[in-house]
Amino acid sequence: MVGERKKRILIAKPGLDGHDRGAKVVARALRNAGMEVIYAGLHQTPLQIVNTAVDEDVEAIGLSILSGAHKTIFPKVMALLKQKGISDILVFGGGTIPKKDWGKLKSMGVGEIFPPGSDTRKIAAYLYKVLEEKN
Amino acid sequence: MKKNSNIDEMIQQLFAGNRRAASRLITRVENETEDHHEIMKKIYPHTGQAMIVGLTGSGGAGKSTLTDHLIQKFREQGKTVGVIVVDPSSPFSGGALLGDRIRLQRHFLDDGVYIRSLASRGYLGGLSRATYNVIRILEAMGMDIIIVETLGAGQDEIDIIHVANTCILVATPGMGDDIQAMKAGIMEIADIIALNKADLEGANRSLRQLQTALSVASLEEGQWAPRVIPTVSMGSRPEDLKGIDELTSAVLEHQEYLDTSRSIDQVKFERVEEELGLVFKDELQRLIFKGLRGTGKKRKYINSIIEGKNDPYSVVDEILNTYLIRKKKK
Amino acid sequence: MNNPDYMEAREYGEDVSLDEERYSNLSGFHIKPLYGPEDIPKFDYGTDLGLPGEYPFTRGIYSTMYRGKPWTIRQLGSLGSPSEANRRIRQLIQMGSTGVSICLDMPTIMGRDSDDPMSEGEVGSCGGVAIDSLEDMRNLMEGLPLDEISINFVSNSQSPVILAMFVAVAGEHGIPLAKLNGTMQNDILKEYQAQKSYYFPPRPSMRLTIDTLHFCSEDMPLFNPISISGYHLASAGATPVQELAFTLANGFTYIEEGIKAGLSVDSFAPRLSFFFKAHNNFFENIAKFRAARRIWSRTIREKYKAGDPRSWRFRVHTQTSGSSLTAQEPENNIMRVTIQALSAVLGGTQSLHTNAFDEAFSIPTPRSEKLALRAQQIIARESGVINTADPLGGSYYIEALTNEMESVSYEYFREIENLGGVISAIEKGFYQSAIADSAFKYQEEIEKKKRIVVGLNEFVTDEEVDIELREPDPEFEKQKVADLIALKKNRDLNVVKTCLNEVRQVIQGSDNVMPVLIKAVKSRVTLGEIINVMRDIFGEFREESIY
Repeated sequence: MVGERKKRILIAKPGLDGHDRGAKVVARALRNAGMEVIYAGLHQTPLQIVNTAVDEDVEAIGLSILSGAHKTIFPKVMALLKQKGISDILVFGGGTIPKKDWGKLKSMGVGEIFPPGSDTRKIAAYLYKVLEEKN
Repeated sequence: MKKNSNIDEMIQQLFAGNRRAASRLITRVENETEDHHEIMKKIYPHTGQAMIVGLTGSGGAGKSTLTDHLIQKFREQGKTVGVIVVDPSSPFSGGALLGDRIRLQRHFLDDGVYIRSLASRGYLGGLSRATYNVIRILEAMGMDIIIVETLGAGQDEIDIIHVANTCILVATPGMGDDIQAMKAGIMEIADIIALNKADLEGANRSLRQLQTALSVASLEEGQWAPRVIPTVSMGSRPEDLKGIDELTSAVLEHQEYLDTSRSIDQVKFERVEEELGLVFKDELQRLIFKGLRGTGKKRKYINSIIEGKNDPYSVVDEILNTYLIRKKKK
Repeated sequence: MNNPDYMEAREYGEDVSLDEERYSNLSGFHIKPLYGPEDIPKFDYGTDLGLPGEYPFTRGIYSTMYRGKPWTIRQLGSLGSPSEANRRIRQLIQMGSTGVSICLDMPTIMGRDSDDPMSEGEVGSCGGVAIDSLEDMRNLMEGLPLDEISINFVSNSQSPVILAMFVAVAGEHGIPLAKLNGTMQNDILKEYQAQKSYYFPPRPSMRLTIDTLHFCSEDMPLFNPISISGYHLASAGATPVQELAFTLANGFTYIEEGIKAGLSVDSFAPRLSFFFKAHNNFFENIAKFRAARRIWSRTIREKYKAGDPRSWRFRVHTQTSGSSLTAQEPENNIMRVTIQALSAVLGGTQSLHTNAFDEAFSIPTPRSEKLALRAQQIIARESGVINTADPLGGSYYIEALTNEMESVSYEYFREIENLGGVISAIEKGFYQSAIADSAFKYQEEIEKKKRIVVGLNEFVTDEEVDIELREPDPEFEKQKVADLIALKKNRDLNVVKTCLNEVRQVIQGSDNVMPVLIKAVKSRVTLGEIINVMRDIFGEFREESIY
């Protein structure tokens, strides 16, 4: 294990919402799938999330949003990444984010969105696939 | 990893304090990419000057909350702080949940604080193999102080003494840590013992027990006497915290002691000695297994040992001789 | 047992038990293929059950149950602006609702005014009402017959302020406090354990809760100041038996804190109410209610020495399980909700909210809300289940299951006690790990198909359904913020300053906060302003561990 390349992923809970069941279940599942998962707790601001992502050199950021605030949070995170000149971190999401908004998010550069009830194995497989392709 | 990144450029950025460069270099070194030797060689001359503080102790003792407060105090003194927090990797999946940042949230937007979570990746002893190098990288980045927090599995975490100038053991009353610690001799390792959750019942007794145990330890003239500091690190208001100033002062006093007594030289020596040993072991293993790879020899050796025709010592003798002979031939 | 049919069933059981998990319930109890008298060997009607309306209330808290007093149909009615919410509530009352639940938007839940930077994009969210000031409470209650309906405020950490505003508005309506009927959720323990909308650390929060308890016990006898909630624990992943044990342990903690504060247990225990989830597993859920009543009454009477029989009664509001609803084939949810509602009724709930079939992922339409209401009405009027109290009492299965729920609960009580009690267990992260473990196990069971959800992991069709959200309206947010700023300008700032100082003083002291808060809200001090003072003094609570 020493010296092996591991996928480092940040799972983040932005905004005021405190429902972290999904985020924690996904974090644990990704750990079981062999990834190193950083979880920094509730009530993170977009800047805190991006700073964490940079310092931890993660390959992907998963935003868990169940409050309907995805339309404000995703653009903020994407803008901050752009501002810092970062273009190689995959941003994906989970939670109650309507399909009709996925197109707009994708056009911002956001990856896949996983609605409630998504199979965590699918999420792991998605990350492995996309992150391998990036390299 | 992007192959077209310029290592030299990144290293220059690192020396200038660039976080992105630091974090990328850390990843390369941790993953032991092909260029990680080059990276370490180039940054090494710029290291060795930081004050390195190690925190060890069982999970639940409150290491991370103490780290949080120490960072705050050091920042108030205008020092930059690098933080390494280590969490265990799952032996089954190889993955890890790195959740220690949760307690350090208030520093996320501070430019003078850099936090990195490392998974143990199978390494025993409380740290991860990469920790040694990550500390060097943070030093090269210009961090005045580097705080290293061990895994939290308890008594077996002695590797911290090889990397830290000042070792803080975090114990709590009634957790048995105090008694266990005395038995394990960890007293000899810890420069400072933070008796955290000192507002709990039994704290005074634990304090006395620890102080007694320490007073019995034989000290040489002028040697640092490990001290016990009661602390309360989990409070939501400043007035609920206790012992934080005393802990910070103790750390700084210990650093001063190391400088004035020149014990720092011994500390540095042992640190480098440990690093050298590790790198040596790593490289030797790498070279040999690189040499054996694809030849089927490793399998043959193992089978011959199982069949009773050979033993590990003879096999290693043979390999080393072969390798050394080859080298000589060159 | 020599019954040949039973023996056959046991044989069948032998084969089937290889697949134990499939026949476990949500709490993980393995369910036998058949239950008989040997499963309840020590059964004694008098001690174990008793008559409904009599200690230990296993069969129900009223002697005739629904024949004498139907459960309250209490549906949620909220929309972003207080005036729209007011309209919605009036509609629901017209349709037959006898009580209403009011939930708050995310910023209010987190103790922030609409103009707080962290509230951006979330004002009016989650179908909740944005309450910044007394003005909003006034608009919310406009024209409502406050002495005739029962209002349930889904408010927690901000409860003292919300209560103060409610009291102030009732005063404006000329209604004596003693006539106000309703509930405040006001359960901060479950916030640390599951819902996470806490502000301050547990102990100062408890002080505020006891202040509200004290206030209500003296001035608002018809008002339930705490709705000790298991629903949120279950939504975060707690199994039914965990929901049962953790909720009751929380209840006991409130009793202990009240007694510590000098209240006599009978002065407030009768007004404590509970809030359960109606899970999918039909009989397990019924057993949960029955076990709850028995455990509560025994403990309150024997351990806490309550003498008033009303203190021994476990009164509960139930909501059907939102997390069990699927976006796929949403009409299936109508059947799920009906089964869950029926189990709550057979369990003996005092009030019930049935989810609209599209509620978990969409904005319920008037039609879907009406269907939800009709489910309750059909159960009540057509099914005949209300004709007798505790119809399942005496069933071997139900009694065995009730006993098992009870004994596992006592194991949890011991574990919590070993950790130093509920608050200490919270500080040690006990609930977080227990609940996260259950949540993870549940997800695993679904993914491995050990647990089936029709339309989700079995009998799946390709039907495309989208999540529809009650999206926060940016126009509404702009308007609300503008209104708030105007309100703040048009106040007497000196009075505001004085009030905030008084708040500061009472917080630092030990007097009951309510009078000062009532005065403050009447002077148009905002919710956020009051909470900020409290945050300043009490500090903010940070979760210490993730698992």
